[in-house]
Amino acid sequence: MAVIRDVLPAFELFQPTTIDDAVRLVDKYRDDYWVLAGGLDSMDWLKDRLRKPRSVIDLSRIPELVGIKEANGGIEIGAMTPLTAVVRHPLVRDRFGLLAEAAELVASPQIRNQGTIGGNVSQDTRCWYYRGGWNCYRAGGNICYADTPTAINREHAILDADRCVAVSPSDTAPALVALEAQMVLRSARGERVVDAEHYFVGPGVDITRMTVLEPGEILTSIRIPATWAGAQFYFEKVRDRQVWDFPLVNVASAIKFANGRIDGARLVVGAVAARPKRLASVEAAIVGKPRDEQTADMAGRMAVEGAVTLRHNGYKVPLMRNLVKRAIRGGPAAVTT
Amino acid sequence: MANKLIGQNYATPDIVAKVTGQAKYAEDFRADGMLFCKLLLSPLPHGRVKRIDASKALAMPGVKGILTADDLPAPADVVTDLGQRIAANTKGEKALSNEPVYQGEPVLAVAAIDELTAVEAIEKIEIDWEPLPFVVDPLVSLRPGGPNARLEGNVWGKPKPPAQGQPPSPPAIEELKWTAADFAEYDQGRLPMGKTPDEWSYGDVDAGFKNAALVLDETFVTPNTSHQTLEPRTAMAYWQNGKLFIHCSTQSVVQTVGSMSRWLHLDQKDIVLISEYTGGGFGSKATGTVTAVIPALLSKKLNAPVMMRIDAETEYSIGGARPGMHGRLKVGFGKNGRITALDMFVINENGPYEAQGDTGMAGRIVSLLYQPEAMRWRGVSVLTNTPPRRAQSQPGGMQGIVLTEPILTKAARKLGIDQVAIHRINAPEGKAKFGPVNPRGQRAYATSAFVKESLDRGAEMFRWHERKAQGGKRQGSKVRGYGVATSAFVSGSTGYDGLFVIKPDGRMYIQSGIGNLGTESMTDSHRVSAEMLDIPWEKVELTWGHTGRNLPWSCVSGGSQTTHAHTRAAHAAAKDAIAKLQEIAAHTYGGNAAAYKVANERVSGPGGSMTLAQAAQKAIELGGKYDGHELPQNINPFTKGSATALAGQGLMAVARDTYPRDGATHSFVSAFAEVEVDVETGKYHILDYVAVADVGTVIHPHSLGGQVLGRSMLGIGHAIGQHWVYDQHYGLPLAKRFHQNKPPTILDAPQKMAWDAVNIPDPETPVGARGIGEPPVAAGCCAVLNALADAVGDDVFRRAPVMVGTLLAALEAGKPIQEPLTAHI
Repeated sequence: MAVIRDVLPAFELFQPTTIDDAVRLVDKYRDDYWVLAGGLDSMDWLKDRLRKPRSVIDLSRIPELVGIKEANGGIEIGAMTPLTAVVRHPLVRDRFGLLAEAAELVASPQIRNQGTIGGNVSQDTRCWYYRGGWNCYRAGGNICYADTPTAINREHAILDADRCVAVSPSDTAPALVALEAQMVLRSARGERVVDAEHYFVGPGVDITRMTVLEPGEILTSIRIPATWAGAQFYFEKVRDRQVWDFPLVNVASAIKFANGRIDGARLVVGAVAARPKRLASVEAAIVGKPRDEQTADMAGRMAVEGAVTLRHNGYKVPLMRNLVKRAIRGGPAAVTT
Repeated sequence: MANKLIGQNYATPDIVAKVTGQAKYAEDFRADGMLFCKLLLSPLPHGRVKRIDASKALAMPGVKGILTADDLPAPADVVTDLGQRIAANTKGEKALSNEPVYQGEPVLAVAAIDELTAVEAIEKIEIDWEPLPFVVDPLVSLRPGGPNARLEGNVWGKPKPPAQGQPPSPPAIEELKWTAADFAEYDQGRLPMGKTPDEWSYGDVDAGFKNAALVLDETFVTPNTSHQTLEPRTAMAYWQNGKLFIHCSTQSVVQTVGSMSRWLHLDQKDIVLISEYTGGGFGSKATGTVTAVIPALLSKKLNAPVMMRIDAETEYSIGGARPGMHGRLKVGFGKNGRITALDMFVINENGPYEAQGDTGMAGRIVSLLYQPEAMRWRGVSVLTNTPPRRAQSQPGGMQGIVLTEPILTKAARKLGIDQVAIHRINAPEGKAKFGPVNPRGQRAYATSAFVKESLDRGAEMFRWHERKAQGGKRQGSKVRGYGVATSAFVSGSTGYDGLFVIKPDGRMYIQSGIGNLGTESMTDSHRVSAEMLDIPWEKVELTWGHTGRNLPWSCVSGGSQTTHAHTRAAHAAAKDAIAKLQEIAAHTYGGNAAAYKVANERVSGPGGSMTLAQAAQKAIELGGKYDGHELPQNINPFTKGSATALAGQGLMAVARDTYPRDGATHSFVSAFAEVEVDVETGKYHILDYVAVADVGTVIHPHSLGGQVLGRSMLGIGHAIGQHWVYDQHYGLPLAKRFHQNKPPTILDAPQKMAWDAVNIPDPETPVGARGIGEPPVAAGCCAVLNALADAVGDDVFRRAPVMVGTLLAALEAGKPIQEPLTAHI
């Protein structure tokens, strides 16, 4: 069969107006459906004709999936809330500025207007072999094309690779993991709540998926507890272009201080592994230490221990090390980077 | 010349349509019963179609037909203006191929009632493929035993001399391999320099090196870059009464008729080409694109209009690209920075089809721009199984300058010379010579060059001398750098026609055969005629973009020719009009024609005065040459046809540009950049950019500024991120989308940008204006590269683009880390 990478395939379009209806639909078509949020990831898959679902379930007509509200001192963000709304919301900006900064660095203004927070965390990896339709492990084949002697893998993983070396492309995901967010999932069986940290899966767990979302399940909202509200945050994203680009590496940190020393910290790095990489051992190591260059240095060095580079991504090691250093060092987040 | 229009800003006649969305591009047209076609692209970098089974596709409801390579007319011979026949290149690019030589090459097209049906039909087509050898890296192909991109070899050979009285032979593909010894220094990142088919030199190169105070020998690699036009090369065609009507995306209008006629074996008079608006070309649509014949042929076969919309991935494949160049330059400098000798060796990645002239142009432009006292040039263009290369803004010159500039500023640092000073001491001036000695024992020379003036103006605007001392000083994790670069390119042709009619309504109707590719030269250059006749611009009607509307023979809208060529043609036509008006006045009022003057929309003299409207009426009454019933002998037949159709409507001005020109027209740009590098991340920003053009007389400041800064951005894209990516084992591209091959975004533009022009008329053209499209490209690219080196030091990067990882890895290791010579990483 000849391959052509243009024109949306024909599908049956459903536009439910309630979460219950949406859940019923994904349950009914569980073997062959595609959930459409903002469409920024979906349209690539569909228009490239790499995915040809029988039915597409568009969540954009469900009002209860949109909006940000206060909940138990924290906030709850509907999965279909546009990234622009997340960036602008006063509660997000006041208490969880980390997420606002991360969301503001996603792609471009147009994409942030259309793209949703739920879509941003649930999007698939951008490995150019996989997205180009190469039949790799992640696509169900038995090779990783990005990890061969001739592979061009400048954007690929330096940590936790397991056959597949693709990375998580999300900017909001590291921020949400740092903030100990919880993902609320709905299915015909009811609701389950998963820690953001465990929402994302690496290839060792499931090489064909990026999240724990099961067939028949929909991500309906993201809860951010009060735990880290008002902590000192740092987010930085390094990318090739100033707009409309995925991270080469991004970093999110939330740090609390007591008596001039680090009292607690969450430190997460994106685009270095298939899931946002939480640096739990570094977090533990810096507790009780002053926020100074020595602590930052130590954190940076610890962060990249065990990194394994590919032919073209060696720079990611010093980049991750220096971004972790900066995340500990603090200061004005380099939002324009 | 008076100065009411020339050098003044104005609203171009296409601008309202463009900003309001009313402008219609090829894709916006519809015709009754129109079908859509889609292309089946080769999945292989090189393969042969053994069998096509389209039976399931053709059986689908709504599928109307298929076009394969077997349906194409054979390549036609070219007949030059002088009547010389040049045999067709049978190995050149065609619209469809049964032996595709790159992944993405169109194999067949299917037409259906809509695109979805066409696409679903294509997916039902079965093709038996015979995979063939391939290569996507020119150096891999040059290695002993390396694969060839074409079955016949990997380089274009020189055509054999024709037998007496016979047409010149078509070029042939040959095989070129270098020895293992040639590759001895490959692993050290030094470009192998084996045998090349082409070479020239002038002066005593050995003595130049011997007398040099400093000799640098450096390898640098420039990127392959897609043209990334906003409008893909979409085309829609239908036939009416034996004539082909085609809406297509092309840089040129009149000149594209010629290529369509050649590709389709059609008489030019049977082609009506409509292209009022084109969304960019940058060289890739100079005279249209060969794939535009697909809807034309399908339309003929199916007897229905056919639209072929090109999607982004197909545009990546068929749109073409600038060839990347591997270069190694040995340059000798005197203590004062003067280049005593320059030995240039370049390998061009040609793609699979027509030979690109970038290698030779690289040598000639470097020789012009830096005026080395002695120079040798060697070059080879190697075929690869990657998309076709086409000219891209400043073709070859750009790459040559990018190979040279880092060496020039490195020498400045080593010799303790200011960057402006080293550019100044090597800058061309006046009728500067360039290139090799020709068979007549002479070297070519420029018409004029005012590079020093542009450097001085730029330094003043940028406050270079105050700011440069901050270069390399670190503050926190940030370090700033300052860079200067100069650039040059050809900028004008001659010999085209001007055509306009002044009608009895007193208005001036100008016919423009120039393409509207966004540069505005299709309107700007005609302002010369209005200026000379002293007619307010409001009374000018411009017709362009439709060959059914009687356009004159015009130059290709490419290679920065148009402003030069058509201000000359407009000047010639205006002179013709003035002479005719004077004669009409003298005929009416008596006296000597020369005593009558044309001004204020009147022709007036000792015997009396009449309006141009009255003169137009008189011209019709007089007939003959005055209203176009008699035409000059020396105009092009194309113009003759158009003028004949317009005859009798008023006073016709029609003339060919026969003005003399001593020298080859070139334009120049000097550019200045400030960058700030974060040494902890490798990320950098361009803070400030100034470019000053030496383009002769300024015709239209707004469009000139748009070109100077816009084309600078094109070059900056080469410096900061635009590139191609191939997996060499599979021969397949990985970065086919904008977010992967990374053309610069608006936020990557320098935070501050400014431009100016020295505005000194070129002495070899009546209006003094030269073209601008090309030289800002290398200036933008190299000002940024030189600023980066100023910030982080030499020996950090040795290829462009310089991306985050390149800088950070090198700064970490204290030496360049990025693979120096592998293509497409």
